[in-house]
Amino acid sequence: MALRGASTGQLARSLRAAWGQQQSRALVTQSLPDLPYDYSELEPVICAEIMELHHKKHHQTYVTALNATAEKFAEADYKGDIATMIALQSALKFNRGGHVNHSIFWTNLVPPKDFEPPSGELLKAIESNFGSLDNMISIFSPKTAAVQGSGWGWLGYSKDSGKLVLETTANQDPLSTKGLVPLLGVDVWEHAYYLQYKNVRPEYLKNIWKIVNWKNVAERLEAAK
Amino acid sequence: MKPDAAFSSAYSYSGPFQNLTLQPLPYPYEGLEPYIDTTTMKLHHDVHNKAYITNANAALAEAPQAAKSLTLLGLNHNVGTDLFGKPALNTAFQNNAGGAWNHAFFFKCMSPAGSSPSGNAPAQGGALAKAIDAAFGNFTAFKANFSEGATKRFGSGFEWLLVQPDSGNKLVTTSTPNQDNPLQQSAEVKGIPILTLDVWEHAYYLKYNATRPAYIKNWWNVVNWPYVEENYGKATQGVVPVVASS
Repeated sequence: MALRGASTGQLARSLRAAWGQQQSRALVTQSLPDLPYDYSELEPVICAEIMELHHKKHHQTYVTALNATAEKFAEADYKGDIATMIALQSALKFNRGGHVNHSIFWTNLVPPKDFEPPSGELLKAIESNFGSLDNMISIFSPKTAAVQGSGWGWLGYSKDSGKLVLETTANQDPLSTKGLVPLLGVDVWEHAYYLQYKNVRPEYLKNIWKIVNWKNVAERLEAAK
Repeated sequence: MKPDAAFSSAYSYSGPFQNLTLQPLPYPYEGLEPYIDTTTMKLHHDVHNKAYITNANAALAEAPQAAKSLTLLGLNHNVGTDLFGKPALNTAFQNNAGGAWNHAFFFKCMSPAGSSPSGNAPAQGGALAKAIDAAFGNFTAFKANFSEGATKRFGSGFEWLLVQPDSGNKLVTTSTPNQDNPLQQSAEVKGIPILTLDVWEHAYYLKYNATRPAYIKNWWNVVNWPYVEENYGKATQGVVPVVASS
């Protein structure tokens, strides 16, 4: 087998050929997750029209674009076309990030009738990091309202320090880009609230606390530790 | 980077000012129907645009003396230089002086459907039409290029047609994120804007929801071509379109 001077792609294929293995592309197709509640169940905090558009149109678009981009990426990878692989990076970030972020967001919310405040380990962690839940909210909301353009506000967990951290990300950048595990995300792209709240993003952020699924946040914290 | 003092004198208006004011819409709120709805125009102008002006004035109150004597254009030209001192102030002007200029310009770039004598294109055989053909092949190709850029701008931002004096008055398209614009020193692609399209979701969401491409397609019906042609003429002489009297 002439390995000297072979590119990585050629090397991989040579090795696989030598071992009698077929080149395979394990491409996982992503799909739109179902919401854990009906479109109207988050009212009056978020109206049904927003929920339906947000889920069926916006999130679906990220999933569709992600699958198409991932397919192209795998193709380029197979051919050893690194220029294309690099060119596809931002589309992967947008669309995978959009899919990941929205998938987390849907689970972070719960109908108002089922709302329960945080308790147990999660509450302890919130109190030890921020003093109280109210204090955490008083930092989270303005910080998230101040996101320029499109983005997200987050409660994250730092594996390094064991602390809870409040952060924001731009566009669909996932929180992992800031080295944190996402526990709670709040979408502040205008599509998340505009039909109901118009430009009054702070009002949306004030009301969203009525539908945060703290059980889910607690589960995410446990899983992250 | 050194503050760009040259710009403030080259492009000054009737005098220095400290308080930016909201420019009136050049047409009634319903003037761009059915392509852009009345409620959107009301919110976009009276609320979103106004907020940028309010925030820019607030930033001016905190800004160094040198910044206080700048025009809205001068403020934009100095975004990305050392003029504002603190990075937080530079960001405040990037977003709010940017927002104020961008919206005043965007609203002027539009006029009621059917009001351009040359129809939905610049005057045939005119300087701009010729320049578009030279740069993009033909008008249809230009529209496709601009529309694609507007569609692909991820998140919030604007799509621009601009003249680049530094490269022989080349006509180029580019998009910027958030409230950045090609006048700002920190812009990746700099030049004199002659046409813009706002693709922030608030610009179209009430009527078009998630379908930005439908908004872009319809927007071509309300482009104010005489204004764009006037902008082109001035830009080729190095002059930026005037969007505010104060």
